[in-house]
Amino acid sequence: MTDTANPGVKQVFQLKSASVSMTALELHYFDNEDFEATLRDKISQAPGFFKDIPIIVSLEKYEGLDSELDFFKIIGACRRHQIHVVGVRGGNEDQRRLARGAALALLPGNSQRDRAHAPETSAETPEANGSAAPETQAASAGEPAPARVINQPVRSGQQIYAPEGDLVILAPVQAGAEVLAAGNIHVYGPLRGRALAGIHGAESARIFCQSLEAELVSIAGHYKISEDLQDNGWKKAVQIQLREDLLVVTPLDKA
Amino acid sequence: MARIIVVTSGKGGVGKTTTSASISTGLAKRGHKTVVIDFDVGLRNLDLIMNCERRVVYDFVNVIQGEASLNQALIRDKRVDTLYILPASQTREKEALTKDGVEKVINELSDTFDYIVCDSPAGIEHGALMALYYADEAVVVTNPEVSSVRDSDRILGILQSKSRRAEMGQDPVKEHLLLTRYNPQRVEKGEMLSVADVEEILAIPLLGVIPESQVVLNASNQGLPVILEGESDAGQAYDDAVGRLLGEDREHRFMTAQKKGFFSRMFKGG
Repeated sequence: MTDTANPGVKQVFQLKSASVSMTALELHYFDNEDFEATLRDKISQAPGFFKDIPIIVSLEKYEGLDSELDFFKIIGACRRHQIHVVGVRGGNEDQRRLARGAALALLPGNSQRDRAHAPETSAETPEANGSAAPETQAASAGEPAPARVINQPVRSGQQIYAPEGDLVILAPVQAGAEVLAAGNIHVYGPLRGRALAGIHGAESARIFCQSLEAELVSIAGHYKISEDLQDNGWKKAVQIQLREDLLVVTPLDKA
Repeated sequence: MARIIVVTSGKGGVGKTTTSASISTGLAKRGHKTVVIDFDVGLRNLDLIMNCERRVVYDFVNVIQGEASLNQALIRDKRVDTLYILPASQTREKEALTKDGVEKVINELSDTFDYIVCDSPAGIEHGALMALYYADEAVVVTNPEVSSVRDSDRILGILQSKSRRAEMGQDPVKEHLLLTRYNPQRVEKGEMLSVADVEEILAIPLLGVIPESQVVLNASNQGLPVILEGESDAGQAYDDAVGRLLGEDREHRFMTAQKKGFFSRMFKGG
């Protein structure tokens, strides 16, 4: 997308579309002292990475009170550590009004995009995904996102979601339950519900389980239902991966 | 402070009210001051099984709405004098059970009772959520068949996420599995899930197995909690369950088919 320019006349500027990789600061609650202490701690782990970087504040996981959310203090704390808050992502109307008051840019939340890759809507390959992900969650300076670990059974009707990394479940996933992850899914127990790995389109994601009894398995939008899983590896320890757009189930003892 | 026990299942018709009646009677018989609350507003049954339906004047909803005091609404059991029943309303909507109202009643009962047994309605709607919200322990009543097991799994998930203990981040509600209508002969024929199957799927500790029995139906029809039928398998199984609930170590019984005939059962004192 380039502005049409008058030939010959040198313009002051030109508008171009750019996609920049940015770090998101996912805010859970706000307390000035806690915030600054955590920030200092994170920076001390990788001082070079944080110098003069732009950052967006993600409000999707914010659980504190709106009245406690002080963007001026956030900006000030970040500024003291050479970090530049440029905008906020997500949040409710009041929170976004506060952000606008602090002259921050407003970015749409990413919840809709995450939803769009659930199996119901993405039976085809999610090609659109490639260009639609401007921000990588690089908060930990190249380290992979931490895995979410669940120790209790995932019961019917429950949904467990790992939006960034892997999901590790050390208990059964019951019929009627749903587990989703951006990365791999490991179930150290029977997988009786639905498991959706690589929901942001990661085709290299895999699903591992100790007993395959699933209602549905999906990797990057390619899915198989229970009926299609019966012939190979049913009730056995298996891994499931995507090979040339096909879900392949391999018993673990033959892997 | 009373211990609050919810009897719940998700699925209907599995024996929640029968179990509530027997467990509360069993606790009271051991000398614990016990109240059993019927949360099934609009479909009240507990008073029938406890044989006090003719003595209902005021009910749970009256108390919540301040139309009667607790003392006016509580019915004292005629057989066990440490047992009280708080009947449900037959004419109101389930929405009459507000979180604040239920809390107020439970707090008031907590001061004077040792155990509060909450008989949950079926389903996972408002009434069931109110019954389990304040629970410290849950008796999950399950029949040995797949749909009941699935619904029990669902209710266990709700106990872990929507109870007060979960919301406050306290220790989780203590879960117990009570398998009812168990028929070892049919399990052997493969017509029913076995105890092991259900335990494996639900992955919670087993409180007891109540054998399927004509005695249960007869007792219900007579308005007698089946635990008072001390000669029967089902009555003894409930008594074991109450013992285990109180921390006693009791061996599980009535889980295998009786191969021999009538006489061998007599000799076993069954």
